[in-house]
Amino acid sequence: MKTAIGQPSGVAMAFFFLFIAITLGITWWAARKTRTTEQFYAAGRSVSAAQNGFALAGDYMSAASFLGIAGLVSTTGFDGLIYSTGWLVGWPVVLFLVAEPLRNLGRYTFADVVAFRLQQGPVRIAAAIGTLSTVIFYLIAQMVGAGGLIKLMFGLSYETALMIVGAAMIAYVLFGGMLATTWVQIVKAVLLLAGAFLLAMMVLAKFGMNPARLFAAAADKYGAGVLAPGKLVSKPLDAISLGMALMFGTAGLPHILMRFYTVPDARAARTSVFYATGLIGFFYLLTFILGFGAMVLVGPDAIKAVDKGGNMAAPLLAEYLGGTPFLGFIAAVAFATILAVVAGLTLSGAAALSHDLWVSVVKKGEASAAEQLKVARIATVALGIVAVFLGISFKGQNVAFMVSLAFAIAASSNFPALVLSMFWRRFTTAGAVASMLVGCGSTLLLIWLSPTIQVDILKHESAWFPLKNPALITIPVAFATGIVVSLFTSNASVREGYAATERQMHLGTAGD
Amino acid sequence: MTIPPVHNAEPLRALAASRWRIAITLTVVMIATYFGFIALIAWRRDLLSRLIAPGLSVGIVLGALVIVVAWLLTWIYVRWCNRHYDAQLEAMR
Repeated sequence: MKTAIGQPSGVAMAFFFLFIAITLGITWWAARKTRTTEQFYAAGRSVSAAQNGFALAGDYMSAASFLGIAGLVSTTGFDGLIYSTGWLVGWPVVLFLVAEPLRNLGRYTFADVVAFRLQQGPVRIAAAIGTLSTVIFYLIAQMVGAGGLIKLMFGLSYETALMIVGAAMIAYVLFGGMLATTWVQIVKAVLLLAGAFLLAMMVLAKFGMNPARLFAAAADKYGAGVLAPGKLVSKPLDAISLGMALMFGTAGLPHILMRFYTVPDARAARTSVFYATGLIGFFYLLTFILGFGAMVLVGPDAIKAVDKGGNMAAPLLAEYLGGTPFLGFIAAVAFATILAVVAGLTLSGAAALSHDLWVSVVKKGEASAAEQLKVARIATVALGIVAVFLGISFKGQNVAFMVSLAFAIAASSNFPALVLSMFWRRFTTAGAVASMLVGCGSTLLLIWLSPTIQVDILKHESAWFPLKNPALITIPVAFATGIVVSLFTSNASVREGYAATERQMHLGTAGD
Repeated sequence: MTIPPVHNAEPLRALAASRWRIAITLTVVMIATYFGFIALIAWRRDLLSRLIAPGLSVGIVLGALVIVVAWLLTWIYVRWCNRHYDAQLEAMR
């Protein structure tokens, strides 16, 4: 199949500039409403449950899931679907365990919750290490993906692409804060869901609107094996470990957790996860259709010819079904997807740097509102520049593993401390700090020793640690560390402090 | 345990405990569903390859069902909170 992918396309450019124009317009509007730290970090708590549901979905559905999973399904069939389901199952956990208490206990970051009844300094430093590690690895994966994707789709150079992403993302966050970021997420979520839905309907129209006929066509063409588990899951422990990272990592992602502070109360936080789970699940169901649609209509060989990883399956499918204009639209949607995710990540990283480290640790909470806002903005620009710089320095590297690494750190460093601080009255400062540092450190160490780095990247014969994702080991280790250290350091005053935490965790604070 | 002087903590604690029971139960169901699916993929390949109808393998149906289960569990939780939890919580403010 001849494709226009890789050539500068007028339609793609037009959609792309339209998106930039609309989102900068939103930023200009939001900038006038962003004067205080509460507005900058939490959109003044003015976001409705439905809006936050879309924004959560927008924050979560990255280009990696849209392009990557569709690509994986189109080239491997059923094996790709394992990812479609895995990326959703963390959301019910977010709803049941963290959304409401988090909203009631914190102000801007998840460290607010962990540090609520513990010593501010050490807890916030450890939490910031976990947050920034998660954010940096997630950002590298997104930036390198963005550079490659935009190069492939618009024909721009890798560096130019990253500069554009960096500049737009800094503009959203710097001027519009959380309000602009939220609306960028909402616009992106609507575009992505509409684009994927339209594409899926066009595929199904060719198969009598019956997904089973599409799957049957795939089996006719490429063998019944595409409908059954293949070699991707030849090692069950690898699948379980990745599953644990996805399931518990979602509830530890700083940019997701931060979104719960944008709604007025715990009830809205709860409802927003309900909407988000519905939207994200619907989206992953669509990836079934898109993946098999691309397999049958475009063909795995044609997809791999454009990009070895299969990432161009959805755009190629769009081109096949709707020609260059639809390709342009889908390309612009993929671009918008990346922009929105990096904006959310940058804002949560900036909050960790300014709210947790500068204001709470360096200034011991004694900083004027104007100073807090200034530091948050400096942190935003600094992180934006770091993201572009990292994206350029990792050019051409295989960074796909970094997303699952980010989930593993979130699951091992942030999630255990968050859960223990909310549910266990004997949890101590030393326990929290030890849990977060050991969770983060062990994840980084085991990733370094894993086949992902040792075999795939360094080309060694074997790796010391057998699992590709360490979450199976590091989540229990982080929980155990937190519990054991707390038991050795617990005293009566720690347990008494829990009574106030408990009350606020359920009732929230009046007038907040 | 000291009880805060102004408020009686017991009713709140009982309500919180009932919420945790539901939250933990639903979390365990979600974990069992997903890792059960993974375990079937790993060890019962033959079962998942079986076709229910032309084009519909057991694996694809179960994969879609995992997503449906996630929806159902969040719906059950939100419904319970909206009907019971919020009203009782409101009464304690």
